[in-house]
Amino acid sequence: MADKRIDEPTGTPTVGHEWDGIEELDTPMPRWWLWTLYLTIVWGVVYVVLYPAWPLVDRATEGVLGWSSRGELAEEMSVVDQARTTIREELARIPVERLPENSELFAQAVAGGRSAFQVHCSQCHGSGAAGSQTLGYPNLNDDDWLWGGDLKAIEYTLVNGIRAPGVDDTRTSIMPPFAGAFERSQLDALVNHVLSLDGRGTSSSAGAQTYRDNCSACHGVAGEGNRELGAPRLNDAIWLYGNSPADIRAQILDPRMGRMPHWSGRLDPVTIKMLSAYVWSLGGGEELVEVAENPTVEVDAEP
Amino acid sequence: MRNRDPGRASSAPPRREGGDRDWSVVVEDGRAKTNEPVSSAVAEPEATTLRHEPHEPPRQQLPTKLFEKRTKVHNKRIDGPFRRFKWFVMAVTLAIYYGTPWIRWDRGPYAPDQAVLVDLANRRFYMFGIEIWPHEFYYVAGLLIMAALGLFLVTSAVGRAWCGYACPQTVWTDLFQHVDRLVDGDRNARIRLDAAPLGPGKLAKRTFKYAIYLVISFWTGGAWIMYFADAPTLVRDFWAGEAAPAAYITVAILTLTTFTLGGFMREQVCIYMCPWPRIQTAMMDEKSLLVTYKDWRGEPRGSVKKARRNPGEFGDCIDCLQCVAVCPTGIDIREGPQVGCITCALCIDACDRVMADIGRPRGLIDYATLEDCEKEANGEPTPSPYRTLLRPRTIAYFLIWGSIGLAMLFALGVRNHVGLSVSPDRNPPYILMSDGSVRNSYTLRLRNMESRPREMEIAIDGLPGAVMWTDMGGRDAAARTQVKTVPADEVLTVRAYVVVPEGASTQDFDFTVTSRDE
Repeated sequence: MADKRIDEPTGTPTVGHEWDGIEELDTPMPRWWLWTLYLTIVWGVVYVVLYPAWPLVDRATEGVLGWSSRGELAEEMSVVDQARTTIREELARIPVERLPENSELFAQAVAGGRSAFQVHCSQCHGSGAAGSQTLGYPNLNDDDWLWGGDLKAIEYTLVNGIRAPGVDDTRTSIMPPFAGAFERSQLDALVNHVLSLDGRGTSSSAGAQTYRDNCSACHGVAGEGNRELGAPRLNDAIWLYGNSPADIRAQILDPRMGRMPHWSGRLDPVTIKMLSAYVWSLGGGEELVEVAENPTVEVDAEP
Repeated sequence: MRNRDPGRASSAPPRREGGDRDWSVVVEDGRAKTNEPVSSAVAEPEATTLRHEPHEPPRQQLPTKLFEKRTKVHNKRIDGPFRRFKWFVMAVTLAIYYGTPWIRWDRGPYAPDQAVLVDLANRRFYMFGIEIWPHEFYYVAGLLIMAALGLFLVTSAVGRAWCGYACPQTVWTDLFQHVDRLVDGDRNARIRLDAAPLGPGKLAKRTFKYAIYLVISFWTGGAWIMYFADAPTLVRDFWAGEAAPAAYITVAILTLTTFTLGGFMREQVCIYMCPWPRIQTAMMDEKSLLVTYKDWRGEPRGSVKKARRNPGEFGDCIDCLQCVAVCPTGIDIREGPQVGCITCALCIDACDRVMADIGRPRGLIDYATLEDCEKEANGEPTPSPYRTLLRPRTIAYFLIWGSIGLAMLFALGVRNHVGLSVSPDRNPPYILMSDGSVRNSYTLRLRNMESRPREMEIAIDGLPGAVMWTDMGGRDAAARTQVKTVPADEVLTVRAYVVVPEGASTQDFDFTVTSRDE
C-alpha cells in the first residue's frame, strides 16, 4: 500500500513500506544508474535480435548472426582436427619401428592409440588391455607374445588379424585336435610332462616321449614355443586358456584357437600405427631385433 | 543521499506493529492531538507515535523524481600535512603499480627474468625469489586472508584509512582531479568553465583534458597486462600488433573503466558501488579513528566579526565552507559521520589553515574516536589518539595477521623443491610375467621446482628383491633405482614398472626421489 509521507529529518519521501518499524527513504537513483538500466534493456533487445533467444516448439529463434552452439562446436573441432593433421602427417611418414626415437611423436602416438584402443579393442582385450583368460583374449601388458611383441610384429597383427577369414596375409596356424588319439594313461603322462615344462610336477619318460612325437614340432622340445606358427610357449607362467591339468587336457583334446579381426581397411594406417605404439608401450613391448629389410630407406629428420 | 547524517535520518521514532490500523483510529478519534510524549507510545496502543501529530504532513501525494542528477564536485586545492601524505601515498602506490613489471630478476637461462610475473600459460607465479606452483595455491589463499585481516587491523586502528589514501579508486580519482586542476584551473575557474556555454576555448580544454584522461587510463590498462607476460617483449608485440587478443581486450576494458570510474564516476563509486563502506561500519568501534567535526566546540557558527562583537556567544566554526570546498566526495563533514566520508582528512588541512589564519587553535575538524568525542564534549581530558593503535583488539588482529605471515614465510623456507606423486595402475591391478614374476605399474610425476634441469633418482624403498624400469628404459635397464633428468620448472611424467620375483610376498613399499645435486 502506497502510504507515502515525508520523512521529517531528511525531507525525503518514504517508499511506503515498513518492516519492524524500519522504513526506507525514496531516494532517487543517480542518473547514471538509470542510464545503465536503459543500456541493459538495449543490450537485451540487441542480443535477442542477434542470437538465438526465444524457445519455439522445436527450435529457438535463430538470430541474424546465425550463431549456434553446434556450429561453434564444429568450428572448434575443425581447429583441433587441423592441429591433429600435422601429427598425423608426421606419423604417416615415419615407419613404426622408428617411433620410439622421437619421444614427442611417440607420446602423441601412444595418446592417440589409447583412445583408439578404448573404441576398437577394449571389447575383447579389456579397457586396461588385461585380456581375459576365460574367453581366451590375451593380456597385452605382459611379455609373452604368441606372434612377436616388437612394434612391427604388433602392427602386422593389427593390419592382418589372426586367423581372419578372407585375409591372405593373416597370421594363421592350427593346433590339431587330439581327441581319440591317446590312451587315457598316455594323455595323463603328456599332461604331466606339459606341467613339468614350467616347473610344476614331474615328468615321466612316457610323457616326454608322447610330447616329442606329437607336440615338439610346433611347441619346441623344451616347450619354448614358435612365433612363426604362433605356437605358445609352454615353459612359462602364462597360459592363455588356463594352467590347470584339466585346462591343459581340454586344450590338447579339443583346442581353442583365438581369432582377431584384421583392421586394415577398417582403420587407417596412422591409427593402426598409434595402436601399435600404445600396445607396445604397455610394459611388455620388445625391442626390434630383425634388421630392416631395406636399410636404405630414408626417414625424415625429426620434425 | 549525500550530505545526510544517518544518525539523524534514523532518529524518527519506530512505527508500531499494525501501525496502519492504529493510525486510522488515531485520526478518527483525534487522540493524536493530545501531543503525548514519546515514551507513552510504548505504554498505550492508542497513544501511537509522535510522528502522527497533526503538525506533521500526513498522507500526501509526493512528486517522485526518476533520477537525481549528480552534483558535480569541484574540490579546491589545499596544502597541509594530510595532503602531503596523500601525495606521498599516491606517488608510492602508482610507482609500484606502473613500475613493478619492469623490475628484472635473474633466474638463470630456464626461467623468465621478470621479478613479478603471473605466468598463466605455464601456470607459474613468480615474485622475486619466490616461485609458486598451482598446487601451492594456498599461499595465495594465505595472502588473501592476510589482506582481509590487514583491512580489519587498519580499520579498527585508524578507521577508513584504506578508503582515504590507498584505495585505487581514491588514488586515480585524486590523479584525475589534479588533471582537472592543471587544465581547467582551481575550483572557481572550474565552476565558471562548467557554467560557460560550449565555445572553442571550452571545447579545446575539454578535449585536452579527456585526452590526458585517456592517456592515463591507457597506461593503467597497459601496466596491468605487463604483469602477465615479459614486459619489454609485450610492449614490442603490442605496438607491432602481434600480442595476444586478450592483451588488447584487457587494455581496452581497463582503459574504458579507468576513464569512466576515475574520470567521471569518482565519489559515486564510493557511495553507490563500493560494498566496503557498508562492511566497514561493522569493523569500527568507539575506539576507531574518524574524521570528526567537533560541534561542541564549533557551534553555533558565526563570523569572526560577530564573534568579536558578542564574545562567548559563538563557537569556533566561522562557516567559511572551506572543509566542503576541498572535499573530494563533496560532503559536509559538519553533518557528522557519513558514508561519503573516506577520511582523507583534506578538510582537516583546510580547517587548520583557517583556524591558524584567524588565530584559533587547530583541530576543530580532527581525527578522533567516538569515545574521545564524548570525553572532549564533556570537558574531560583526552589522551593522544595514537594510543588507539595499541589496544587489545588491534593487537589481536596484528598477532593473527603476523602469525599467518610468519607461518607462510616458514612454509616457504622449508618447502621442497623436488616433488613426487604416485598413482598406481588399477586396471589391471597386476600383471603376471612369463617368468612367473609379478609386475605392477605406476604413473610417477616428478616435479622439479627449480629453474634448472635436475637429475633425479627414483628408488624403491622396501620390497626386497624388487626391481623397476621405466617406459623409456626397457626391462634390460631394470634396477633398484632409476635416474631421470627433469627439465627446468617442469613436471616429468614417468611410467614405472616394478617387478618382484615369483613367490615374493605382498608388501607395502615407498618410492623415494632425491635430487642428485643435493
